[in-house]
Amino acid sequence: MTAALAAPFAQSDPVIPEFGRGSSCVRDNGLFCWGWVKDNWSDTLQPALLEHIALTLIAVLIGSLIAFALALAAHKRGWMATPVVVVTGFLYTIPSLALFQLLVPITGLTRTTAEIALVSYTLLILFRNMLAGLSGVPAEVRDAALGMGMTERQLLWKVELPLALPAIVAGLRIATVTVISLATVAVFVVNEGLGAPIYSALQQTFKTELIAAGALCVALALVADGLLVLVQRALSPWTRTARP
Amino acid sequence: MNDFVDAFRFIGDHVPLLWSLTLDHLALTGAAMAIAVAIALPLGVWLGHLHRGSFAAINISNVGRALPSLALISIGVALLGIGFVNVMVALVVLAVPPMLTNAYVAVDGVDRDAVEAAKGMGMTPLEVLLRVELPLALPLIFAGVRTAVVYVIATATLGSVAGASSLGDIIVDQATYRLPGVLGAAICVAALALVAELLFAGLQRAVTPRGLRARRRVGAAVGPATTTET
Repeated sequence: MTAALAAPFAQSDPVIPEFGRGSSCVRDNGLFCWGWVKDNWSDTLQPALLEHIALTLIAVLIGSLIAFALALAAHKRGWMATPVVVVTGFLYTIPSLALFQLLVPITGLTRTTAEIALVSYTLLILFRNMLAGLSGVPAEVRDAALGMGMTERQLLWKVELPLALPAIVAGLRIATVTVISLATVAVFVVNEGLGAPIYSALQQTFKTELIAAGALCVALALVADGLLVLVQRALSPWTRTARP
Repeated sequence: MNDFVDAFRFIGDHVPLLWSLTLDHLALTGAAMAIAVAIALPLGVWLGHLHRGSFAAINISNVGRALPSLALISIGVALLGIGFVNVMVALVVLAVPPMLTNAYVAVDGVDRDAVEAAKGMGMTPLEVLLRVELPLALPLIFAGVRTAVVYVIATATLGSVAGASSLGDIIVDQATYRLPGVLGAAICVAALALVAELLFAGLQRAVTPRGLRARRRVGAAVGPATTTET
């Protein structure tokens, strides 16, 4: 853990010394220097990208588990939906920079702080979509399944969840790109992810790194979004044939 | 917990500073929103009225949602330099998609029978737009504005790293203000976002035509019934 925390600091260091002795493009702070990106890919940009992906995956995974449990409970007991939406909506509204800082006295400048905040932003989106998916199953379908002799559990796993999948994956899509975006802000509590090169470049207005790290982050979000669209299509073949 | 007590003490001791930064924050938000509204709403309403460009109008919000705010500000700093303008441009880029898509979906989704009836009564296309489609679409259009406002207030906080003054100035400057100051400013930002959210939720309800409000209540009554086991 300590090694993982110490490493990013070491990685973001070389930017300053190389500012002077780099190519003329870097010395003049040109708009975009390919050479710098090539030289710093393996020790700055790539590790930051991988950390960013790890931060995102952990947050979306934990968020999905919590939201799924809440959605199942609210699906059974309708009255639970409103309080859950109010609480998660409250969390969702708090600006990220503020929420990260508000957690610092409780969990410190740790990855845990970053993950708690990131998870809390996924809950509203995931919960709403999961519940909408589950309760969007037509009553006739549910009746037919019960009429065939399915138990409540079979009804959930064999009928309701498969039919809710498109809505659930749609929620995952939004939650994932939201976390990818907000994980850059986590740099104010842990020096990890693409926020680290962005932040260090902002300190010096180093254009190449600003554009490279920013574009990587945008690309990551767009690729993740696209991948989840493909997942959504693969998991719900009927939505394709249903289209006129 | 002591940190939070100190944070509230900081707020109490620094009301003028926090107030002036809040005004900066709102000025940044207001400027960005004004430009974004001027771009997004006419375009979305117009496309929705024509029922054209659904692919672009809907997908722009998917792409827009995927754009990471800090990354956008960072690219903006490289292209436009440090300061108010750069951050405002980034905020406009982030605020346009949700409003454009909502405006499109709202007007596009207005009951076609109502539009036909209005045409049958002899209304001109402009009258149909202004007197039928817009009032019916207003709640959903407003929902988009509300989403955008809360998003812009949150993101304006990040403007501090790029030289635009906001409440974020204190949050990113722990060296000067220490933890209580950072926490105090964070509390103010959170409160600002929540107040904006509640204010716009109230406004949204206020602009909902009475007919739609009644219908929604019927819908809400029917809604849970389908989820109960029969």
